[in-house]
Amino acid sequence: MANFYGVELSSPLMLGTSQYPSPAILTDAFRNSNASVATVSVRREAGFEKAGNSFWKLIQELGVRVLPNTAGCYSVREAITTAQMARELFDTSWVKLEVIGHPDTLQPDPFGLVEAAKLLNQEGFDVFPYMTEDLILAERLLEAGCEVLMPWGSPIGTGLGLNNLYGLRSLRAHFPDVPLVIDAGLGLPSQAAQALEMGYDAVLLNTAVARAGDPVKMAVAFARAIEAGQLAYKADPMEPRDMAAPSTPVLGKAFLR
Amino acid sequence: MSLVFQVIGAGVAGLSVASELSQRGAPVRLYDRNGPPGPHACSWWAGGMLAPFCEGESAEEPVMRWGQLAADWWESMGASVKRNGSLVLALGRDQRELDRFSRRTHNHHWLNDNDLLTLEPELGGRFTRALYFPDEAHLDPRQALGALTQTLREQNVEIITSEGHFTQHAIDCRGLTAQDQLSDLRGVKGEMLVLRCPELTFNRPIRLLHPRIPIYLVPRGEGVYMLGATMLESNDRRRATVRSVLELLSSAYALHPAFGEAEIIEIGVDARPAFPDNLPRLRIRNGILFVNGLYRHGFLLAPTLARMTADYLLEKKIPEFLDAN
Repeated sequence: MANFYGVELSSPLMLGTSQYPSPAILTDAFRNSNASVATVSVRREAGFEKAGNSFWKLIQELGVRVLPNTAGCYSVREAITTAQMARELFDTSWVKLEVIGHPDTLQPDPFGLVEAAKLLNQEGFDVFPYMTEDLILAERLLEAGCEVLMPWGSPIGTGLGLNNLYGLRSLRAHFPDVPLVIDAGLGLPSQAAQALEMGYDAVLLNTAVARAGDPVKMAVAFARAIEAGQLAYKADPMEPRDMAAPSTPVLGKAFLR
Repeated sequence: MSLVFQVIGAGVAGLSVASELSQRGAPVRLYDRNGPPGPHACSWWAGGMLAPFCEGESAEEPVMRWGQLAADWWESMGASVKRNGSLVLALGRDQRELDRFSRRTHNHHWLNDNDLLTLEPELGGRFTRALYFPDEAHLDPRQALGALTQTLREQNVEIITSEGHFTQHAIDCRGLTAQDQLSDLRGVKGEMLVLRCPELTFNRPIRLLHPRIPIYLVPRGEGVYMLGATMLESNDRRRATVRSVLELLSSAYALHPAFGEAEIIEIGVDARPAFPDNLPRLRIRNGILFVNGLYRHGFLLAPTLARMTADYLLEKKIPEFLDAN
């Protein structure tokens, strides 16, 4: 299992904590899927006088690592302020950095992302940047001090799965030693399995589980798919080929007609 | 001397419990540190939808079952209940949200653009289909709270402006304030607006689905509409943010552009009291009975909770959700 800023995670499943029908169902989803990381969006207004405390207490009681995020931030400054607040609230140097570039697609703003990552790394944060699958952006983020990369599968909340397989494969091939997490866009367990089969180290998802008719069942389904994908990757899959290759030798077989 | 029940808190929970007890002939005193219902109470800001089937989209099964009893109870207590059903809509690119909603809920049927034109003419031409829940109702929360206050007054129960006495026969209905005794109670912040838009006539609550910013509009009569509501994991009861108000208003404007000319009468904010499963319950701690956790279902579930409380206290019937640990 990959190393995330000195931490070995017990499972490659990271779950978001918003949009569940109730905190009780959220807790069950975590318990039953053995997810190892909980991401929490920190709205600055909820930090005011610690008004969000009862919910955050509930997240901390899950007993998993908390990864606060800067969801909904459109500028470097907003993202930095939110990250600083999150560090204080959750007593962790981990932060999932989101700098959003467009309200419709919620796609990352790569330029703001690199700038914010640089500043946060200088301040001693362990930054998990939410990014597009662009190779050069990846290089810039690593130069900025990031040790983990989180490319999107497809836009947040769409459930479209891995949109650019070529890009994601080449990212994996270029950075064999950097922990890579597919963040956002997953809708089905099979898509998560595919990410792990390709050698990705973890997946992060929220809507696919929280908005399923039965979030607990869906969390378990993802956990199993991820386990299958991870096993398959470790087992070194066969290479696909164009010609049929019978598994029983034809040589010496009697011609029946 | 027979015992007197001391109900503490005159929001929708406390008023309903006191009314039900008093109606059944039990002596009641009702306390609230802020006096009669007003802006200090979470229920003051409620939507007043009695929509058990729509709520079934995300709520647990008891909400649907208990909620069906609400409309009759409120009517029996003198509240004016409108039984016009409710409508659920989605804008063009969010149509799948509507399919999802229809799969997760019961007691509804589809309307096409013609049906919609008959039911809510103002929406004609703007939406090609909708979900209609004919068995749902709505009320005006402030009128309903007033009706309970009035019914109690007629039975010589006045709301006493005081913290109340947490004695043996106390029933604690203080909502989120009871966090000082109930550590698993949390606030879910909601922001809402009241708009006046005389150009538009809607006869029933309308929900507009959206993956991030779902809204509902509840008609209060004479062109006045309640527009709600945000749901944020926060105990904050005071600050309505620009973002929330902007999101609510944009969605209302998307529902019908006439809202662009509407007058903003009120911007309201409070936090709903909720337990981790978002279901209400009766709980006994240190000899005090707590009735709490109504979450976003105050007017929908208070009648059932009030009945359960009275059944338990007067007839020793163990209610479905009693936590006597």
